[in-house]
This record gives sequence, C-alpha cells and structure tokens, in this order.
Amino acid sequence: MNIPELTAVELSAKIKAGEVTAMQAVEAVLEKAAQKEDLLHCYVTLDADGARKRAEQVQKKIEAGEMTGPLAGVPAAVKDNICTEGMLTTCSSKILGNFVPAFSAQAVRELENAGVVILGKTNMDEFAMGSTTETSAFGITRNPCNTEHVPGGSSGGSAAAVASGECFFALGSDTGGSIRQPASFCGVVGLKPTYGTVSRYGLIAYASSLDQIGPLTKDVTDCAAVLEALAKHDAKDSTSVEREDTGFLAALTEDVKGMRVGIPRDYFGEGLNPGVKEAVLQAAKALEEKGAVLEEFDLNLVDYAIPAYYTIAAAEASSNLERFDGIKYGYRTAEYEGLHNMYKKTRSEGFGAEVKRRIMLGSFVLSSGYYDAYYLKALRVRALIKKAFDAAFEKYDIILGPTAPTTAPGLGTSLSDPIKMYLGDIYTIAANLAGLPAISVPCGKDAKGLPIGLQLIGDCFQERKLLRAAYAYERAAGGFRAGKEA
Amino acid sequence: MITDETMEYVGILAKLELSPKEREAARKDMDGMLQYIDKLNELDTTGVEPMSHVFPIKNVFREDIVTNGDESEKLLKNAPGEKDGMFVVPRTFD
Repeated sequence: MNIPELTAVELSAKIKAGEVTAMQAVEAVLEKAAQKEDLLHCYVTLDADGARKRAEQVQKKIEAGEMTGPLAGVPAAVKDNICTEGMLTTCSSKILGNFVPAFSAQAVRELENAGVVILGKTNMDEFAMGSTTETSAFGITRNPCNTEHVPGGSSGGSAAAVASGECFFALGSDTGGSIRQPASFCGVVGLKPTYGTVSRYGLIAYASSLDQIGPLTKDVTDCAAVLEALAKHDAKDSTSVEREDTGFLAALTEDVKGMRVGIPRDYFGEGLNPGVKEAVLQAAKALEEKGAVLEEFDLNLVDYAIPAYYTIAAAEASSNLERFDGIKYGYRTAEYEGLHNMYKKTRSEGFGAEVKRRIMLGSFVLSSGYYDAYYLKALRVRALIKKAFDAAFEKYDIILGPTAPTTAPGLGTSLSDPIKMYLGDIYTIAANLAGLPAISVPCGKDAKGLPIGLQLIGDCFQERKLLRAAYAYERAAGGFRAGKEA
Repeated sequence: MITDETMEYVGILAKLELSPKEREAARKDMDGMLQYIDKLNELDTTGVEPMSHVFPIKNVFREDIVTNGDESEKLLKNAPGEKDGMFVVPRTFD
C-alpha cells in the first residue's frame, strides 16, 4: 500500500479497519514533505512532533470506538490565516511573523472533533491578497505539476500540499477565488461554500463579507466529507447560518439526469485560453452524456465583477487590517518617536507591497468625498450581480465554466501588472460577491502538464447539487489522480 | 489625477508611511485602479440598494455571560512589549 496515494476517506477507512495506523499515515506524509519541501515550500510551519503526538491520541480513540467519522486519523494542513492554538499563524506576513494564537479557529476545532491530525500551516499570499502565493513574506511555493510555475493563490500552499501528497487534504480560504483557482492550477478539488456555511471565527479577516473557509482535496468524496465536518452553526460568528441540509456525503450519486446546466457565453469570450476552453466544454459534454441538459445563456455584468470586487475587498481590508498596530501582538518597529510614528513605521515595515496597495485603495474609497462614488457604487453593482445570478438560477440548477482563463502562469510573471493579475479572477469572484457555493475540479492538462479546472457554481445552499454534478463528472472522467505518481 | 495631497491624506487614514519612491508607485497604482473602477459608472444603479451582505444581517444577541477563562498570560505572550501583566505602549501624553 502506498499510503500517500490514498484519499482522506480511503485512509480513514483503512485506519478504522486496522490496516494502517494514524501514526504511519503521519510518517508517510512527513517523508513526502522531507523529499519535496525544499523545492516546493508548501508549508510555513510543519509541526512534525505535534502531529505525531496527536496521531497517537487519535489512534487510541479510534481503537476505543470513540472516533468513527470518515476523517478520523487523517493528517491535514491548514492555511496560515486560520488560527491554531499554540501554533504559529503568520498570514505569510512579517507583521504576524511571531504570532502564536491563544485559541483555534472554529473550523480547526471541527476538524479536531472529526479526528483530523493537523500537520502544519500552509504558505499563502500575504493576508490572502494575491493569486500566485508570490506575495508571501516567507518565500514562494512552487506548483508540484511543473515547478517553474506558480501554484496559484492565495491558498497556493494548501493546493500544492494536497497535489504533492504532503497532506491528505487542506483548508483554504476563498475571498475572490483563493480556494478554487489554486485548486485549478494544481489539479485538485477545491470548494468555496455558501457564505455563512463555515464559521469564520478565528479566520484572520481579509474581506469579511466575502471570506469563506473551505476544503482542498484529492477528490469529490473527500471534499464532501470535509465540508460535512465544517458546516456547523457557530454562535461566535454572527454571520453563521443554521443549516440542516449538510449530509453532503449522502448527496454523492452519479445521477444528473435532467439537471439543467447553464453555460454563460460571457465566460467563454475574449481572454480565455483555447486549450482551457476546449477542456471545459469537453467536461460539459461528459455531463450531457450522463443526462444533464446543457444550455448557453448570457449571464451579463461579468466585466463589472472585478472592479466591484476590488473596491469592496480593499475597503473591508483597510478596515480589518487596522488592528495590526504593534501593540497587542505581532511585529513592532525597533525605533520610533511617539505613538503615531510607531503605528506608521510598524505597519509600513510589517506589510508587503500588495497589502499596502489594497489598504491605501480601501482607505481612499471609504474616505469622505469618495465613499458614495466608489464604495456605495460598488455595493449597488454587487446587488445587480446577485440579481443576475438569481435570474440564472431560476432557469438552471448549476452554472458551468472555467475556473480561470489560463493554466498556472510562470513564476515571476504576474506581480508587475496588478490589473492584469486581477483579471485572472474574472470567473471566480462573482460567486463571492453573490455568496454562492462553487467548486473547481480537474478537467485535463495543457501541453506543459499544467492542470485545467472546471468550475461549477450553484445557487445558495445548493452544495448537494453541486457536489452531485462534480461527482458525476469525476466518475465520467475515470476518477481524479491528485497526489498519485504519474 | 490623484494629487500629492490626496496621497498624504490616504497615508494618514491608512497609517502608512511611504518613502517618496513608494509613494510615487502607489500613486500610479491607485490611479490605474481608480480608472479601472470607473467602469462601474457605465451601469445605471439609480434606485438600487447597496448590498453590503448577501443575506440580511441582523444583530445577534446573547446573554452577557463569560464563557472563556483567564487567558491573559497566553495573550500577553504575543505582546511586543509587556511588563507586570500589562502591554507596554509608547508614551502618549507628555
């Protein structure tokens, strides 16, 4: 048995059957990390000893029959903007370079309740602002499928860790595509849940009205299992939604007969790489062969999603990141004259260029005199975008398109032109603006061996439908191979 | 389009101190972004309510009961400056 090639759900079943132990699983992924981490750099913190200790405890509970869930004993990684008690949580930023949280995020607690073993914290774009993981203050992460390319971002470390077998699954966060786009670039499954489904308690906020934690996994079954563990109401997050339809594993059937699949023409226009287009349409055909009904339509307003998004996200970021002041935790500048000079120097030295860019833009669009023209305008456009999706979901069960216009760009080619980089988010950000669930699954590779992602978007609270369509496609494609040697 | 005075003002709001070179780059970036964002003005949004959240957000109340224990030691461990169980901050009054 090649342990790192197992999916999370397969591994847990084998642990419960006594064929392998949680400790062996931990050692297997640590060995992978030892081989690959120097090159890939998926992790900011890898807590080998902590994982071993935890594996021992979990193994005992499994043997005692106290832990029986589908993820019991499975080693997993957590994005470094999700707080872990006693374990460094940096947001890949110098300003939090020494921050050790006094509590764990609710999402982490839910995983622990499910018997998951936390291996460590994955690299990301600083404060989740970026699409390549190149804005991390602690160095880049490489794409395991082609190490001259980026893994995507901002959850690039999580996607790369899953793709390389350095963990069995990972948590990411998605504000404008930060789970789905790296999943697409690394050939793994990534899902952003409906807003409010997963508690944001302990997620270091970027843009609170858009942020959601979600899974990055090897296949759709693992994705459903992790989402099921995470989707719990939490009184500590005032936007947490009470849901009863969280039997996601039970939703995994191949039955898509009669499912109405809308294909937005606007997602297949200018800027879409022809190879990506072909692979995505091929995937649509596979669903059609299983009985889904495809129809092209005009979603409209697609070009307005990016400017609306960057206005709103920057505004919320500028407010959320005010808390980093060098007083209570994190970095403080060495020399200063008085309080305000300390604030300014601490923040100027502690934040990287992209974070400063967004804080400045956010401060501007919220400032008096510009608030109505920029911030409120963007919120009005957001309402129109939501309405366009509402209209689409009157006709369709799911919307199908590419996750990103291209495959993963080469290292060092993206950061010089921010607007061009932001355009790469064109297909993912609308789901955040409208609060919708969306999943990216692998649907082929380009000539360089770089994976292509198929995105399925569902109406609010329709994850079960979404997962069913994704599962049906996975079966039609003959299964996904993330984490397996070619 | 963005003046030096505006950049100065934004710097005060954002509590960021940029070097002249950084400030020039930031000005250019922001100019580009704002021009791009101006695209939103192509849409007529008269009568459209601004949507700050996808779902209606209401205040969530709970009883005022302490549920967490004393974590001051753990929290102070992260403080850049700490003395006798308190945060050390720069002098704010003379």
